[in-house]
Amino acid sequence: MINMWLGKLKQFFTRIKPTLNKIGRFFRRLWEKIQVFVHWFLFPSNDRRAPVVSVLLIFLLIIFSFIYIYPLLYMVSYSFMSAEDVVDPLVKYVPTKVVFTNYVDALKTLNYWPNLGGSFLVAFIPSILQCGANSLLAYALSRFNFRGKKVLLALVLLTFVVPQQITMIPQVVLLSKLKIIDTIFSYIILTTFGQGIRGAVFVLLFYSFFNQLPKSIEESAKIDGANAFTIFLKIAVPSALPAYILTFLLSFVWYYNETVLATLYLGNDITTLTLQLEVFKSAYEAMMNQSGSTGKSINEAIYMAGTFMTILPLLVIYFITQRFFVEGIDRAGITGE
Amino acid sequence: MKNTSVKKIPKKKSEIWIALLFSSLWIIGFLVFSLYPLIQSLLFSFNQVNVTPTEIVQTNVGFENFRAVLFDDPDFRNALRTYLIQMVVYVPIIIVVSLVIALLLNTIRKGKGFFRTIFFLPVIISSGPVIKQFIDQGVASFPGGQDVINIDALNTMLPSFMVEITTTFIDSFIMILWFTGIEILIFLVGLQKLDKSMYEAAKIDGASSWECFWKITLPALNPIIVINVIFAVIMQSMFDLNPIISKIRADMYAVEFGFGYAAAEAWIYFVILLLVLGIYVLIFIRKPSRKVKHD
Repeated sequence: MINMWLGKLKQFFTRIKPTLNKIGRFFRRLWEKIQVFVHWFLFPSNDRRAPVVSVLLIFLLIIFSFIYIYPLLYMVSYSFMSAEDVVDPLVKYVPTKVVFTNYVDALKTLNYWPNLGGSFLVAFIPSILQCGANSLLAYALSRFNFRGKKVLLALVLLTFVVPQQITMIPQVVLLSKLKIIDTIFSYIILTTFGQGIRGAVFVLLFYSFFNQLPKSIEESAKIDGANAFTIFLKIAVPSALPAYILTFLLSFVWYYNETVLATLYLGNDITTLTLQLEVFKSAYEAMMNQSGSTGKSINEAIYMAGTFMTILPLLVIYFITQRFFVEGIDRAGITGE
Repeated sequence: MKNTSVKKIPKKKSEIWIALLFSSLWIIGFLVFSLYPLIQSLLFSFNQVNVTPTEIVQTNVGFENFRAVLFDDPDFRNALRTYLIQMVVYVPIIIVVSLVIALLLNTIRKGKGFFRTIFFLPVIISSGPVIKQFIDQGVASFPGGQDVINIDALNTMLPSFMVEITTTFIDSFIMILWFTGIEILIFLVGLQKLDKSMYEAAKIDGASSWECFWKITLPALNPIIVINVIFAVIMQSMFDLNPIISKIRADMYAVEFGFGYAAAEAWIYFVILLLVLGIYVLIFIRKPSRKVKHD
């Protein structure tokens, strides 16, 4: 009985053996294909990349960039909400109806146009001057060999590391002795002498930029009898133009955004948008009391509209000039040393 | 030969003067507006400073200010604690995220400029008041982070400083990302400068991209990582909303503290900052690798 069954089983197996083999081979081949695919997917060869990987990379980048600009999107969307939408917990991201009154209120509270002028004044003049002393020092460090060069570099690094809070008060005392505190001249004096905001960053930027420029043109100009200053102005400055543009732009942005130094050095003489944003709430209430309409209290939407209007000029400047930012850092070769 | 060496000597001498002329503006500025204030504030820190409308009255108190800051001021200790936690959380995240994004950007071919524009954007607009608005509105935190991770449950499981680190991470996740702009660009420049032939050689030897990253890219990027770490630490430490900086600013004009006290705080902060910077550089810097021995 058992023998018969065993025989039948044997027969059965011999009959399906080719099929089994086929199935086995198919799976083995499939497994190999999967392995190859996974390898191709994860570690594509240098010249040929799987399209899947490209899509995946771009997808990742899109997610990252969404996280980056999420606060901005939130801000813009919120700034158009009506007062009811802000309180309504059901309205989370998109306003039910677009309202522009927030912007009207925010512009009035920020005292927009005069303060925008103040911001630009405070940002523009120091930024031009930041290019001067810092690049001169960097040129000296990069082109001439002299004793104390290393000491000078170390001092530059020192100004980079020292917190402003240490030097702020004595600086203010000094500037008030010079009778230029509470005016734009305090900024002007400091930047003319290369002690502006993060001046050390710019010195290092110019330094690595000049180091990368070929010296041969300057040497041939020297042989032709040009003096050092002509060489600097006619050859070094034009060829380091991206560094100058980058310095100007970064410095502009940093001065525009500055509030701590602005309160100390500019006093009540010049108000900037960022300073006004710091006191937004009280300014808003004061304005409402003045106009007699006490009913409207401040809400998030107005805050957001004010914040957006404060950074809007910077956004516009950035989108126009963004290639200079990247180009400057690209060519500076900060990584050179 | 002789001719050039004769020519060179007078040139060298005048070079010093030209160099000094070039750097004179900065040197004067440094002496007057940085070094003198540094010394002045060091003197302030040993004094009780009272400001009257006409003059500044100083009375010497020795190390009293420093002692008071370090031992009698719970606010300063709290601010310091927050600052150190921020340093522990922020800097590694900034470095890792900016490296990852730079690597991603470096591999794609189309749309590089577009993404670069977006990732650099926060550098332009991240000023104190603006970021404060965002933090107040709660946009700065990890979207939905509070819902995913239960803080109360964490409190029972982990020691308190770990919980604090986690909450700092969740609360200010986007703000941390917002400080990666410059670092991403610096990494990108570094990546573009890497020697392509090394990768080709490694590929021929059968290395995968994964191995290439750990064995070639990362070691070659090491100096850039150190630069970025220094940059991240300094930028974070100087930021307006930094707890210690806000504390110093508040104390400057407070009646019970004054300039002397604030100066002592600032100097202590400076020393701590240097320590943090030193520790980070020591962690990230690689010792020059030993020479390969050939048997």
